Amino acid sequence: MTGLPKLLRIGLGMVVIAALIIVPMNFNRYGLFILSQWAVMTIAAMGLNLTLGYAGQVSLAQGAFVGIGAYAAAIMTTQGMPLVAALGVAVVLCFAIGWILGYPALRVQHHYLAFVTLAFSTLAFLVFRNEDWLTKGIYGISNIPRPHIFGIATNRPLPFYYVCLGSLAIVSVMVWWLIRSPWGRAFVALRENPIRALSLGIDTRRYTLMAFAIGSALGGVAGALYAPLTQYIDPVPFNLSLSLDLLMMVIVGGAGFFFGPFLGAMIAVLLPEWLRFTEGYYLMLYAVAVILLLIYSPTGILGILDRYLSERRTKVASALRAVAKSRLETAP
Amino acid sequence: MSNLLDLLVAGLATGAIYALVATGFTLLWQTSQTINFAQGEFVMLPAFLMLAVMHVGAPFWLAILIGILLSLLLLGLGFKMLLVDPMLRHGVLPLAIATMALAIGIKEAVKQFFSAEASPFPSIVPAGDISVFGRMISLQSVGVLALAIFAVVGLTALLNRTSIGHQMQAAAQNPVVARIIGVPVERMILLTFLINAFLVALASLLITPIYLAKFSSGEVLGQAAFIAAIVGGFNQVRGAIAGGLLIGVVDNLSAAYVSTQYRAAVPLILLIVIILFRPQGLLGRAEERTV
Repeated sequence: MTGLPKLLRIGLGMVVIAALIIVPMNFNRYGLFILSQWAVMTIAAMGLNLTLGYAGQVSLAQGAFVGIGAYAAAIMTTQGMPLVAALGVAVVLCFAIGWILGYPALRVQHHYLAFVTLAFSTLAFLVFRNEDWLTKGIYGISNIPRPHIFGIATNRPLPFYYVCLGSLAIVSVMVWWLIRSPWGRAFVALRENPIRALSLGIDTRRYTLMAFAIGSALGGVAGALYAPLTQYIDPVPFNLSLSLDLLMMVIVGGAGFFFGPFLGAMIAVLLPEWLRFTEGYYLMLYAVAVILLLIYSPTGILGILDRYLSERRTKVASALRAVAKSRLETAP
Repeated sequence: MSNLLDLLVAGLATGAIYALVATGFTLLWQTSQTINFAQGEFVMLPAFLMLAVMHVGAPFWLAILIGILLSLLLLGLGFKMLLVDPMLRHGVLPLAIATMALAIGIKEAVKQFFSAEASPFPSIVPAGDISVFGRMISLQSVGVLALAIFAVVGLTALLNRTSIGHQMQAAAQNPVVARIIGVPVERMILLTFLINAFLVALASLLITPIYLAKFSSGEVLGQAAFIAAIVGGFNQVRGAIAGGLLIGVVDNLSAAYVSTQYRAAVPLILLIVIILFRPQGLLGRAEERTV
C-alpha cells in the first residue's frame, strides 16, 4: 500500500468510507445484516491480525473470544444493563483470558501453539453448551436488545449497521495507532526475530502476552456487537470453525497488512452470498477459490499488490543502478 | 469391573483407528511439513466413495477395493500434486490454511453429491459377541482392534525393516543428505502420501460402521487424530500409535466416569497439559526450537 501516492490513498479511503455510509441506505434487511456482519468479523479478524500478522503467534481461539464477548453482552443486556457496560466487561474479560492463554506461547511455538489454542477453543464451546445456568445451553439466549446511542434507538437494521460501522472505524483508528507506536514495532520485532528483539532490550515475554491479550480483546468487542446484531445466540456459531474461518480471513486478506482483515472478511462473508445463486455449490466454490488464491499468492490478496509494487520498485532501482554503473564505468 | 473391560476394549478399538489416522498425520508432517487440517475429512470421504460404488451395483469387496484405489488417487496423489507441491515452498501456515479450505470443500461436496443425512455402512467384521475368559465381548471391537493392530505392525515393519522404509526415514530426517547418498527423495515423499491415503481409507472402512457415514463426521475424527499425534509425539510413528490408543481409552473412560457432557474436554485438557510440560509428546524426540 505504501507504493501509492499519498493523495491518491487518502482520496481512495474517502470514497470507500463514503460508499460504506451512503450505498447501504436503500439496502434491504438482509443486505444490511450481511454488511453489519462484515464489519463485526473485520473487527475480530483485525484482533487476530495483531496476534498473528504482527506478533507472529498462531491462534486458533479467536472464535472463542468472539463467543465470550457475545455471551457477556447477551447475558448483561438481557438483564437490563447497557451495551456499553457489557462491552467493557467483554473487553476486560477477553483481555484477561487472552493474557493467560498467551502463557503457553512463551513456552511453545508454531503448530504446538496452534493446538493449545485449538483445545482452548473447543473447551470454550463446551462451556457455552453445557453451563445451562449461565448460557442457557443449547436453547440459547433470545431477545437480546439493541442499544440506544445518544438517545437514538438502533432497533432497525440501518441504525445498527451504523453502530457496527462506527465501532469498526474506532477500532481501525486505534489499531492503526497501535501498530505505528513503539508497541506495534515491538510486535513486528517479535515476529521477525525474537532473539534479536530480546537482545535489544525488548521484554519479549510481556509483548507476547500483550499481543495475545489485545488481539483477544478485539475478539471480545466483535462478540459484544455480534450478540445485539443477531439478537439471538446459541453455542453453534462459536465452535472451532469460526476460529478457523477468522484465521482464513486473515491469511486470505494478507496477514501483517493493515487492510488484510477488511478484504479477508469481505471474501469470507460476502463471497458466499454472491455465490448463493449456485445454490448447494457456493461453499464448495468458496473453498476452491480460497485454495486457488493461496496457491497463487500465499501472502493473500494484499500480497499480490505488495509483490507487484515491490517488483516495480526493484525495476526502477535496477534501472537507476544500471545508469549509475555505466557512469562509473565510463568515468576515467 | 466387567463394565470396565468392555470400555477398555471399545476404547482400544476406537483408539487403534485414531492411531491409524494419527500415524498418517505424523508421516505427512515428517516428510513434507504438511499439517493436514483435512485429515478428518480424508477419513470421512472413502466411506462415501465405497457407498457410491455400491450404489452402482458392485459387491462390497469390490467397492472396498475401488474405494481404496480412489483414495490413493485422490487423497494421495491428487492431494500431493495439486495442493501440497505448489504450496510447500511458501511455508507451513499457508499450506495449513489451504487444507482447512480443502476440508470445507470435501464436506460440502459430500453433502451436495451424496447426502446430508447419515447413511448406514456395512461392517467388514460380522456382528455378534465372542467369549473371552468367560466374558462376552463385541466381535466388532475385537475385529477392528485386530485389523488396526495388523496395519500398524505392518507399517512399522515396513518403516523399520525394509530398505524402502529406511529410505523413507532418511528422506524425512535429512532430505539433503538422503539425496546425496542416492535416496529418491521425491518418490519417498509421494510414497508417504500414498501410505497416508491408504491408512485413512482403512480407518474409514473400520470406523464408519460404528459411527455411520456422515459428511460432518470428519471434524471429531480429525481432532482426535491431532490430539493423538501431539500427545504421543508429533515426530514419531510409535508416538502417534501410543497417543491414538491412549486417547481412545481416555475418551471412552471419561464418557463413563466423568460426564457425558464434558467427555470431549478430558482429551483436550490432557493435550494442553502435555504441550505445556512435555511439548515433544510422550514418546517424541525434542525438536530443535526454530526461532
